[in-house]
Amino acid sequence: MNAPQHASLIGQRIPKMDAPEKVAGKTRYIQDLNLPGQLYGLILRTERVHARIVSIDTSAAKALPGVRAVLTAADVPIHPIGVNKDNPPLKGDKVRCERDEVAAVAADSLEIAQAAIKLIKVEYEDLPPIFDPRDSIKDGAPVIHAAKPDNVAMAFDYAHGDVERGEAESDVVVEDEFTLHRVTHCCMGVSGVIADFEPVSGNLTLYSNTQVPFLHKREFAEVLGMDPSRIRIIQPPIGGGFGSKLDIYPFEPIAVYLAKATRRPVKLIFTREEEFIASPTRQPAIIRLRSGAKKDGTLTFRTVDVLLDNGGYTSWGATIPFVMMQTFSSLYRVPHCRYHTKAVYTNNPFAGSFRGYGNLQATFAIEQQMDKMADALGIEPYEFRLKNAQNAGEVTGQGMHFKTCGFQDCLETAAGRSGFVEKRKALGAAKGLSGVRRGVGMASMLHVGGGAKIYPSDGCGTILKLDDFGHVTIMTGASEIGQGSETVLAQLVCEELGVPMSAVTVVNNDTDITPWDVGVHASRTTFIAGNSAIGAARKAKDKILAAAATVSNMKAEEMDLKGGNIVRASDGEKVMPLAKMLRQLHFSDKAELVMTTNYYEPPSVHQDKGFKGDVSAAYAWATQVVEVEVDTDTGIVKLLKVWAAHDVGRVLNEMGIEGQIEGGIIMGQGYALCEDMPVVEGHLVNPAFRDYKLITAPEIPEMDISFIETMDGEGPQGAKGVGEAPSICMAAAVANAIENATGVRIASLPFTPERVYSALKGRPL
Amino acid sequence: MSSLVEISCVVNGTPTRLAVPPETSALALLRDHLGLSGTKYGCGEGECGACTILVDGVSVNSCLMFAVDFDGRTVTTIEGLAVDRASDPLRQAFVEKGGVQCGFCTPGMVVQSRHVLDKHPNAGPDEVKRGLEGNLCRCTGYKKIVEAVITAAAAQSAAE
Repeated sequence: MNAPQHASLIGQRIPKMDAPEKVAGKTRYIQDLNLPGQLYGLILRTERVHARIVSIDTSAAKALPGVRAVLTAADVPIHPIGVNKDNPPLKGDKVRCERDEVAAVAADSLEIAQAAIKLIKVEYEDLPPIFDPRDSIKDGAPVIHAAKPDNVAMAFDYAHGDVERGEAESDVVVEDEFTLHRVTHCCMGVSGVIADFEPVSGNLTLYSNTQVPFLHKREFAEVLGMDPSRIRIIQPPIGGGFGSKLDIYPFEPIAVYLAKATRRPVKLIFTREEEFIASPTRQPAIIRLRSGAKKDGTLTFRTVDVLLDNGGYTSWGATIPFVMMQTFSSLYRVPHCRYHTKAVYTNNPFAGSFRGYGNLQATFAIEQQMDKMADALGIEPYEFRLKNAQNAGEVTGQGMHFKTCGFQDCLETAAGRSGFVEKRKALGAAKGLSGVRRGVGMASMLHVGGGAKIYPSDGCGTILKLDDFGHVTIMTGASEIGQGSETVLAQLVCEELGVPMSAVTVVNNDTDITPWDVGVHASRTTFIAGNSAIGAARKAKDKILAAAATVSNMKAEEMDLKGGNIVRASDGEKVMPLAKMLRQLHFSDKAELVMTTNYYEPPSVHQDKGFKGDVSAAYAWATQVVEVEVDTDTGIVKLLKVWAAHDVGRVLNEMGIEGQIEGGIIMGQGYALCEDMPVVEGHLVNPAFRDYKLITAPEIPEMDISFIETMDGEGPQGAKGVGEAPSICMAAAVANAIENATGVRIASLPFTPERVYSALKGRPL
Repeated sequence: MSSLVEISCVVNGTPTRLAVPPETSALALLRDHLGLSGTKYGCGEGECGACTILVDGVSVNSCLMFAVDFDGRTVTTIEGLAVDRASDPLRQAFVEKGGVQCGFCTPGMVVQSRHVLDKHPNAGPDEVKRGLEGNLCRCTGYKKIVEAVITAAAAQSAAE
């Protein structure tokens, strides 16, 4: 009889493990959780954008029956949060943007809390505001934070080579200014937290939507003046992350203050309007980019000057210049590069971390300018890109080492499948400013794909155990935020241990149980947590096969784990059931359980003070081609089709990775075409889905997705990260397609009908 | 406090008598009083579809409906569809076609898809996309949700 063949799980279409519960409405998000005795927390936000707080009168609110606590800055320790430590959770001296928290209430019901908030009287004295980041760095500008009298929250300078020399060698030099707008995550589940403080033990349990539970725990301890070991963070399933949950926000410590003041659990959940006003945005940016090339199409230099609107406070997102500079310095081979970025304070809503982390902005600038420069050189833009594209084995000026690099394959695949060169030529020949025109555009991107060593460690821990019946529990530090990490981790472990997906449970939501992980960001979870889980599984396998060698006549290395059995490696013949071996180990005189631990730290390095160093263990690449239709009478741009070719290292779960790419493309479509947060004198004009337009089902384009499998040597089963990549190219590709259709290049986003129409009529907005 | 209004309705197949404040929304009644937390609050103004339920078989944004208007009606939420054998292929298709990521929009999507399939048993891509226009999803890009509903339509007509 032939031994059964056991197909590999790698590359299969494996449904998400949490999907059956989700389709049944059984998944309990933060909004669905309630603790006995819980109170309802609510925040009073200022309506001023820059003002001194003269007085706050809470007496009427405190007197309202059912109100258990009313807090202002005077009642709590002053420990500002954020990467610059510039954001006190409750504002005492002044307010700096419209989302500022001036008081908070805990009450028996939400209705009572709402009534109490209305009874709080705040007296302000307005201060001169700044709304345009260009005004913020002018001489004599009002100062927003006394600690930063120049209004510069952060500044970054980077250089390699000698740009003056590069410019002298150039035959063509192109200079442009690009302006990028403000958008937000729009997670379908609004923000919220439940704080449960036990005064006798001093234990704090936080039910939190964070993407970074371990960094959160550390920062909470600092902000609250608590011993970190007394803080436990439990993450209920998260209704969307996309980077929005990388920071601590004021509402979280406020919920803890309220819980401490009342000695009751406090639940604080945003409304959608509050979510729009008080959650982070993508950085609005003004990018001045100057690049040169020789006649033969070789790039010679780039200089970049970026001004970012930081808003009133500084989130982790203010560090996006790290990522932007990678694209400017290293997407293409550029021998000379100089880069300067300032993130400056204004009285606008403050920006944060958002999928792509600065790369949408950088790519919008660079990939439009690549088309412009190709035109100036008289070279086909696809050929121009191909000529300057990075190859495997190269080390860039910034010190990034591309051990695998599918960039040229991505270019060739996306161009080939879309017929880009011929189509662009034909449509370009027919371009015009009347009627309905079609165009194609291309853009490419580079992003970290093997973590990013920003924090002292970029690692992830795994604890793995097998029970007497062969059931595997994976305890991982890596959070599931909808992206499917728990399913991929289970797949990787199943592949090592030869057990079916049904034999695995993943525990990933409790800092008292799971080992440390730096957090869900930088497209790192499959790569870092995946390698960590594989390492733990291999240790378990070694232990099981060593035990099997003592009870069979084979050596450990002659055996394998397949189909729930210990088998002979050479032909798959069953030796004994895995569960039987586990029980023998457990109930023998030696009495052992199979439990292993593993901590994976990627072989990347910290950048030096000049931002040089191989910061990621692998790099992801992509090229996207789009085809659009431009109605020149209305300015309406319709996205018809997207061809996306992504270097993903290796496909682990085909359905999961398609889901990431499709979702990212549509998020990028929204960024390009319709999402916008107009802020007028510091106030958001459209805090509602009625006026903040997300892409809906009828508007999605046809999507043709190709995977370039470069089999990265360090990646789990060869894979690289992909989470952020798919949204990065879209706006640049659409801009290039509009130019191909109409001959008009638009350097600012979003491409709403109004903006496109005005640009086509020669009156750019 | 306001006076309560007595209503009777059928919720997920169970005849139910309730006394509700006149200002309470259907969404709040389901979530806060009946423990049916599968119906989600996404925006509170009928723009996102996360709170979609069926009232007398027709899809409704429960955040825009008053609870008192349940009187005399038959109400189905995601919890009702979760035990409805006729909806097994629909839920199954969402799982197997990858129509779920964070899952927050999913209950509303499934309920709205039930409504679309009831109206158009042989729905094609355009009918499904139009039918789901009022339901926002930030994760999936909709493609796999549309595929799931079309798959369910095919499974449904094969079963008939």
